[in-house]
Amino acid sequence: MTDVSLNIATGTAPADEAGLRDYWQLLKPRLMSLSVFTALVGLLVAPGGVHPFLGATSILWIALGAGASGALNMWFDADIDRVMKRTRKRPIPSGRVAPGDALALGLFLSVLSVTMLGLTANWVAAFWLGFTIFFYAVIYSMWLKRTTSWNTVIGGLAGAFPPMIGWAAATGGTPLEAWLLVGLIFMWTPPHFWALALFVKLDYHEARIPMLTVTHGRDETRRQALIWSLGLAIVSILAAFTSLGGPLTLAVALVLNGVFLKGAWDMWRRTDADSEADNHAVEKGLFKWSLLYLFAHFSVFVVEAAIPFGGW
Amino acid sequence: MHRDSEVHIRRRGRNFGVLGVLLAFIVIVFGVTLAKIQTGGFSEGFDHVARPGLVPGQTEEVAE
Repeated sequence: MTDVSLNIATGTAPADEAGLRDYWQLLKPRLMSLSVFTALVGLLVAPGGVHPFLGATSILWIALGAGASGALNMWFDADIDRVMKRTRKRPIPSGRVAPGDALALGLFLSVLSVTMLGLTANWVAAFWLGFTIFFYAVIYSMWLKRTTSWNTVIGGLAGAFPPMIGWAAATGGTPLEAWLLVGLIFMWTPPHFWALALFVKLDYHEARIPMLTVTHGRDETRRQALIWSLGLAIVSILAAFTSLGGPLTLAVALVLNGVFLKGAWDMWRRTDADSEADNHAVEKGLFKWSLLYLFAHFSVFVVEAAIPFGGW
Repeated sequence: MHRDSEVHIRRRGRNFGVLGVLLAFIVIVFGVTLAKIQTGGFSEGFDHVARPGLVPGQTEEVAE
């Protein structure tokens, strides 16, 4: 007897039957929106033009690919999600979507998004989209997330690929500038997440996920956040001197990184007692700045490419 | 008189949602086809002969 036949027989609807919104939630829409933004920037700043409709649909397939990897992640992580308070109400742990359905949706959308990106743009972009889905779903979710405390760094790499895929969709290639966009998000993710981890009580330890704050301690997390912030500043300034940037990008990058480094430095100098005393003001400040940082930095690349006097 | 079963009534919203997604997919594929034709991406219709774009030195000869 299936759930459908059971429902027909009893004439009652299950209170927790999956709706379209649940399947949408499986695709991790917030993660998708970040992919859309960064992939769009990659596509816009790449040299040469792309047909507007082909560009827009390429972004759609990249977003769908990101959604597919989200669904595969939720399918594999259902056991973890059941344990943590933050994720307990997700479609699979709450019982609204069957794990097999999530897996099928993830696999179907993976094949669809990669194939359609190949047909719409080119197979270089399609290859990198396929690689990104594989990296996030298999390398990160299934393997390294549960085994190493550097999972934030590795997961961040998967989230860093969309601008390069956008660039590849426009040009068919992945030159240094495209990799610098990857590097920027890659270096940005750890301090962004660790600042959050220092002021939000994340119950990863209950799910036995080795997070840096638990395995290496909160002081080491503060130190690592500063180190990665320095790396971020280096990549950012480097990018400003390539064909991606120009005087405007350099000026914006200097301000963004200056404030970011000041926040990371202040966060490193503090103890947990200091942090508790002012309700994690510095950690919250750095986290908020990191959000503005990524948006402003990627936006200035687009502005630099669009203005007539932009670039070096 | 035909009456929809309870399960059809209950899942109407979801089914219409799937219909909307499928229709959107058709529109997108049609739009991509038109855009590809406009940009010449798929328009090298050289059946049973090597595509000039793939043969070194051939592009110039074709252009002449």
